[in-house]
Amino acid sequence: MTALLELERVEARYGQVRALRGITLEVGEGEIVAVLGANGAGKTTTLRAVSGTVRRSGTIKLAGRALSGGPEAAAKAGIAHVPEGRGTFSELSVTENLRLGAYTRRGKIDPDVERMSAWFPWLIERGDQQAGTLSGGEQQMLALARALMSRPRLLMLDEPSLGLAPLVVREIFRIVRELNEKEGLAVLVVEQDARIALAAAHRAYVLEVGEVAVTGTSADLRETESVRRSYLGY
Amino acid sequence: MRRNAVPVALFAALVAVVAVLPAFLTDFRAQQFAYVGIYLIALIGLNVLTGYTGQMSLGHGAFMAVGGYTTAILMTDHGVRDLWTIPIAAVVAGIAGFLFGIPALRLTGLYLALATFAIAVSTPAVLKKFEGFTGGGSGKNLFGLKELTGGIGGVHILGWKLNFNNWLYYLCWTVALVSYVVAWLLLRGQTGRAFRAVRDSETAALSSGVSLARYKTLAFGVSAAYAGVAGSLFAIATTYVNPDTFPVQLSIFLLVGVVVGGLGSLTGLIAGAVFIEFLPLWAQDVSKSPGAPGVIYGVILIAVVFLLPTGAAGLLRRVATLVRGRVGSAP
Amino acid sequence: MANFFQQVVSGLASGGIYGALALALVLIHRATGVINFAQGEMATFSTYTLWTLTQNHGWSYWPALGATLAISFAGGFGVHQFVIRPVERGSVLRVVIVTIGLLLLLNGAMTWIWSGEVRSVHSPFPTRTIDIAGVAISIQDLGTIGVSIGVVILLGLFFRFTKIGLALRASATNPAEARLVGVRVPLMLGVGWGLATMLGAIAGALTAPTVFLDPNMMQAVLIYAFAAAVLGGIDSPVGAVVGGLLLGVGLNLLGTYVNFVGADLRLPAALTVILAVLLFRPAGLFGKRVVRRV
Repeated sequence: MTALLELERVEARYGQVRALRGITLEVGEGEIVAVLGANGAGKTTTLRAVSGTVRRSGTIKLAGRALSGGPEAAAKAGIAHVPEGRGTFSELSVTENLRLGAYTRRGKIDPDVERMSAWFPWLIERGDQQAGTLSGGEQQMLALARALMSRPRLLMLDEPSLGLAPLVVREIFRIVRELNEKEGLAVLVVEQDARIALAAAHRAYVLEVGEVAVTGTSADLRETESVRRSYLGY
Repeated sequence: MRRNAVPVALFAALVAVVAVLPAFLTDFRAQQFAYVGIYLIALIGLNVLTGYTGQMSLGHGAFMAVGGYTTAILMTDHGVRDLWTIPIAAVVAGIAGFLFGIPALRLTGLYLALATFAIAVSTPAVLKKFEGFTGGGSGKNLFGLKELTGGIGGVHILGWKLNFNNWLYYLCWTVALVSYVVAWLLLRGQTGRAFRAVRDSETAALSSGVSLARYKTLAFGVSAAYAGVAGSLFAIATTYVNPDTFPVQLSIFLLVGVVVGGLGSLTGLIAGAVFIEFLPLWAQDVSKSPGAPGVIYGVILIAVVFLLPTGAAGLLRRVATLVRGRVGSAP
Repeated sequence: MANFFQQVVSGLASGGIYGALALALVLIHRATGVINFAQGEMATFSTYTLWTLTQNHGWSYWPALGATLAISFAGGFGVHQFVIRPVERGSVLRVVIVTIGLLLLLNGAMTWIWSGEVRSVHSPFPTRTIDIAGVAISIQDLGTIGVSIGVVILLGLFFRFTKIGLALRASATNPAEARLVGVRVPLMLGVGWGLATMLGAIAGALTAPTVFLDPNMMQAVLIYAFAAAVLGGIDSPVGAVVGGLLLGVGLNLLGTYVNFVGADLRLPAALTVILAVLLFRPAGLFGKRVVRRV
């Protein structure tokens, strides 16, 4: 499996606080990888380091090429980062949110809008609705659709289950898995809910205080009771 | 006890310098330094408002106008001696400031700056309108009035004879130094602490029981009173007032003085006052063009925000800390 | 009755100017959270540029205006890049002080370069009046109304239907998320400033023929623009324009029919509007109520 995203001894800090103390991980082409751990372990910061939203040191490579610069550069390189809280442009309409998702693309984007409507039919019907008035679950799906509009190489999701009902969360992960199986989309997902993340992901990393504590395939992690108890909380 | 020793010594030195300076100055320079004293008074007031309660005002020229016109009207229409008009001007301007402070409570930062700016721009128009009161466009002339102390023939004090300009100098600086001491006393105690609490965090101040409303309006009233005194002395020094005596530029220059000089310390305020008075002259050395002072004010203001956020006073403080550090670690 | 109609029309004309400058203020406030106290001087500077091109270099009006708009855009963009960006992150009041520094600098520079003499600027519109239903209406006024409304509509279409317009709107409301989709936000904010400066140039070009050009020309207009922006809601572009028109007509009618106000107290009247709105309905006519985060 060729590595799409490689992180080597990546460090990041917020002011004086070292949030990441040397993270090494990778995401292969067509893989879904989960990043798990308790609050404050550095999960969100890991995604931020990749998209360049936070200052970081260490090596980050996308398809073998070093990634540097801010979020704009990461977006251009093909990374779609859906941040905590969905990142919805709440004052703009649903359609405008989608159009923004395709910002880095040149040429016509109508075919992509149609693709999205296949995955999320209601998007087209509610195109003119102000995005801020959508429900939490709908906003999450809009965020997903927005990310996909750019035809990314890597999709990064930060806590997609946050604040959503279990049924909605299951639906979202189902769609993510289908996208992965049908279109080979590589996904890096940060999750608090280890159970549902492991059900969808191929591999996972468990972070603790800014470092990788445990890693392995989802099956291994689920089956090893000591790991489940100590790190995953069930 | 030791903590207060240095500032008191410095203050005493300042008083000595102020007392002796006119002996070394020409008549014209003495008058200029008198204006420095006037601006200093206004800046002390602005310091209370902005430095201590964090409210920004672009309209203090209007409060100076209130003070200046109070003095002029009392002198020309009611025959009051100029010196007695000064405290009255302080009270009138203070009340105006306090009254403005009440609605100003609802305005924060940006919007307060906007509202006070609009007041400064509208002041000349209002002054022109109420002619019966203010003398309209031609204003009021104080020159030659018997109520103007020392206006004709100078002043005799304690056996010394002072001409008008020197008298003006001593008058302004006496008032300035007294004002500073008054402000210092005010800010030392509970009031000062409350002011600072308001500036640093309104919510924290609220939750510790400080009545925001009371202290914010008080700060406005106090700073306006100071501006009123400055305006009153301004009228006396200039010997006339008209709507153009207190234009919006004056309010802006007061702000410039406070930013460039730095808030918080007397040194900074004096630096600011000197800057306001002498910059147009220094600018003339650069270029005779009437636009030069404006350009230089603007450039310096921007440069200070970029490079010296705490103004000249902050720079001096840093230098002083460096020096003290060296001295302290000498074997 | 004829007078009433005339006052309304000329009120709409001056209101269109207030609205254009107010729109500039709103654009900048939406994008960078700052009230640009130098907006008036920037507009005057643009107008002087127009004057120089037509008077000193003999250009004809429309090409000169086009060049002025381009120069204004570049100027606004440059000011944001070099003067505002370095202090954008800090306290809002610091940025305000910088804009005030800009105000002083530009005002002095204009006096320096072009001297304080009052100059006349020709209007692209004929100075005659035409007869509408028995009332004499100035063509200058009609032209001003037309240009103001036209510019506003153009800008609206730009924001709504172009990719850059969308990126600008996104940068103003959600800069962090905009960066994540690849928008170069600092660049967009600079574009916003450039557009605002262009609006100011138009406001200045429309003002100059009637009041003559001098360095202080736009100081009063700036206050009216503040009042219009506050009245309409400081973050609402529609509000800025509607506020401007309402203010223009309102001040004219107030001045005509209330003797006390007359022509002398227009500025204080605008000040009263500002204070009244900020005190009783801070969100303005079209703005949103802001919840104060404790």
